[in-house]
Amino acid sequence: MPNPNVTPSDNLVEIRDVHYSVGGRAIFTGLTLNVPRGKVTAIMGPSGTGKTTLLRLITGQIRPTRGQVLVDGKEVSQLSRPELYALRQRMGMLFQNGALLTDISVFENVAFPIREHTRLPEQLIRHLVMTKLQTVGLRGAWKLLPHELSGGMARRVALARAMVRDPELLIYDEPFAGLDPISMGVILRLLRKVNDTLNITSMVVTHDVEEISLVADLCYILAAGRVVASGDPRALKNDQSELVRQFMNGLADGPVPFHYPAADYHSELLGELLV
Amino acid sequence: MFKALVKPMTDTLAGFGRITWFLLRLLAQVPRALLRPGLVIYQIYNAGALSLVIIMTCGLFVGMVLGLQGYDLLERFGSESALGSGAALALIKELGPVIASLLFAGRAGTALASEIGLMRATDQLVAMEIMAVDPFRRVVAPRFLGGVIALPLLTMIFIAIGIFGVQLIGVQQLGVDQGTFWSQMRGSVDVEDVMQGLIKGCVFGVACSLIAVYEGYTAEPTAEGVGRATTRTVVNSAVMTLILDYMITAVML
Repeated sequence: MPNPNVTPSDNLVEIRDVHYSVGGRAIFTGLTLNVPRGKVTAIMGPSGTGKTTLLRLITGQIRPTRGQVLVDGKEVSQLSRPELYALRQRMGMLFQNGALLTDISVFENVAFPIREHTRLPEQLIRHLVMTKLQTVGLRGAWKLLPHELSGGMARRVALARAMVRDPELLIYDEPFAGLDPISMGVILRLLRKVNDTLNITSMVVTHDVEEISLVADLCYILAAGRVVASGDPRALKNDQSELVRQFMNGLADGPVPFHYPAADYHSELLGELLV
Repeated sequence: MFKALVKPMTDTLAGFGRITWFLLRLLAQVPRALLRPGLVIYQIYNAGALSLVIIMTCGLFVGMVLGLQGYDLLERFGSESALGSGAALALIKELGPVIASLLFAGRAGTALASEIGLMRATDQLVAMEIMAVDPFRRVVAPRFLGGVIALPLLTMIFIAIGIFGVQLIGVQQLGVDQGTFWSQMRGSVDVEDVMQGLIKGCVFGVACSLIAVYEGYTAEPTAEGVGRATTRTVVNSAVMTLILDYMITAVML
């Protein structure tokens, strides 16, 4: 459900009636959503609803079977490789596990996009990298190698790398997965701070409802290949739909069943032979 | 029955098709990779300099064995003086390129395949894609070039150390006359022989490096997948080296 209050030009990312299936299994069946500029938009949903697939569509790694994916008015699947690379230079992405390059230091990891795309003097690169590392609180760790970092630190370095070229769109793939409460809080605050101070658009894919509700401006809940609810996170909390209630409140059973489909429990326990 | 016979053959053919397509993509990136010599030089160091110890040790021992066996054989005909030319030709034309290539596949090829495979498994290649950096240009092409340049150099070093090993046993220990040893060698080894060794080194360099980066790049992104890719690298490189060796020899003789 697109937000009716937003005119198209206000959206950096627009997903229009996207269908996507892989190996005969439909992932999206008519997905439509918008990511407004300058806001933090959360994409939520139970595991397996294709949240990561959505990010791969937006970054042009895969093409939709039907429908359009527009980033800044350009249809991603129609772009040539150089055009796609030009578009990607305006995006930053934080991967679930950081995806830092393991053979180079923290400093070189953050400097990597600058070195690859520009010819800046070393002094300036140093300045850019150190200010970003200062933002994520890891200026003192510039010399360390990725394997010397904790999970939370690695993700902060990855965030510094994702924003080092001041992207217009910053994408977070499960930024809170597997983090302790302190690291989670740090990432959460950084997310909001980076979005507001750099005036960029953030898109967060997550299933950590409580956390993201604190910072998101707009939430979408995906299920069964389409958007089932959208709006302000506080409003969603009071949504009466069964699925939204189950998801927002973390109930074990509901429209998303707790049990994987199985044979009758009683007869299985009584030892009827399964062949 | 018919299907069971045909399927492995079509699979193999399809595999050749994929690796050829991979090579073409790779060659398209080579000019741009050469524009950043730093990356290539680092990979020459990685594949070449770090294989130096194993290449030199093995070269020495292969040469020494050649000295012992060659002397034993030639002594039966009373022609020990031919040891220099015989051993040098064997090393330059066959043993040098082939053994250096097999060692290279075991030392550098596996390292390349597992490194690229692990980069794929830990999303590093995808991360580069998203940062608008083509992993083919940034990761695969420099590693391929590094291997292609390193193996001929390693082959020449292997041969030189091997000849030193032959000399060590034949001349220093078993008492072949030093003058005859070297002059016979000079008299019988032509430029064409050295060229044959060098061409083999270059062809094996392309084959082994290509197999290593291909297996790494197409590895399944799991621990098991990377392990399998590493194994396939060694096995396929060894088989390809020996097949190509026969083909080049047959053409050049």
